[in-house]
Amino acid sequence: MTVQELAGRLGWELLAGEGGCGREVDGCYVGDLLSWVMSRAQAGNVWLTVMGNINAIAVASLTDSACIVLTESAALDAEARARADQQEIPVYTTGKNSYETALAVAEALG
Amino acid sequence: MSMLSLKYEVPGDDFTRAGEASSDVKHKLKQLGYDPGAVRRVAIAMYEGEINMVIHAGGGEAYVEISPEEVEIHLVDHGPGIPDVEKAMQAGYSTAPDNVRSLGFGAGMGLPNIKKYTDDLQIETEVGKGTTLIMKVRPGA
Ligand SMILES: Nc1ncnc2c1ncn2[C@@H]1O[C@H](COP(=O)(O)OP(=O)(O)OP(=O)(O)O)[C@@H](O)[C@H]1O
Ligand SMILES: [Mg+2]
Repeated sequence: MTVQELAGRLGWELLAGEGGCGREVDGCYVGDLLSWVMSRAQAGNVWLTVMGNINAIAVASLTDSACIVLTESAALDAEARARADQQEIPVYTTGKNSYETALAVAEALG
Repeated sequence: MSMLSLKYEVPGDDFTRAGEASSDVKHKLKQLGYDPGAVRRVAIAMYEGEINMVIHAGGGEAYVEISPEEVEIHLVDHGPGIPDVEKAMQAGYSTAPDNVRSLGFGAGMGLPNIKKYTDDLQIETEVGKGTTLIMKVRPGA
């Protein structure tokens, strides 16, 4: 399933990084401590976090995450938005928390 | 034989630019068709080292030598140095201030990550003078 298909199914709203929406999704990772995510997230993961800053975009890029989902409507700052667009890393927002979102991703990915 | 020598200035306390050097190295390694596993390990280790220079040492320089056999990275700063390297290497140990923690740093996992993802790591440090990290990553290792 692509990022875009998953996002459509789960009702996430795209904030930035549209160029990367066609990527295939492979698994999911949840975390906010960047060094932790850096060493554990796998290529293709949907990454659920509340960190909407430029460093989060760098971590998503370096780990080859498929996209970032900012849960509980956490904010994406302007620099992060610009970098996400430039690096084509889709960033979505949802009002749901990380637990609910992870459950929904698991169900959708089967 | 070196395929490519790179040098970067890493700005101090500028989080908007932190990670640029490691992103660029990752990009170049990909272009060279370098082993994907090694690319990932270089990206992680170099990013952690780069961020540490920004947060803890006021910036510095990064030197990268790429050859078919290995990627060798020197991260050189002129910050406060690390008084107790053994302690700094422990997972969970961090002196990151609150403003940096609120950005998602300060798990105390950076140096342990570097150790884990490199094939060789040397830390030369002197209190009041600065720190140099020398890391090597070999493809397929
Ligand atoms: N270049 C450096 N100069 C001075 N001190 C450093 C340097 N790099 C690391 N340290 C010290 O070592 C500690 C541990 O570093 P480490 O990267 O493991 O964790 P952190 O940077 O505090 O948090 P994290 O990397 O998880 O965001 C730091 O908190 C700091 O005290
Ligand atoms: Mg660190």
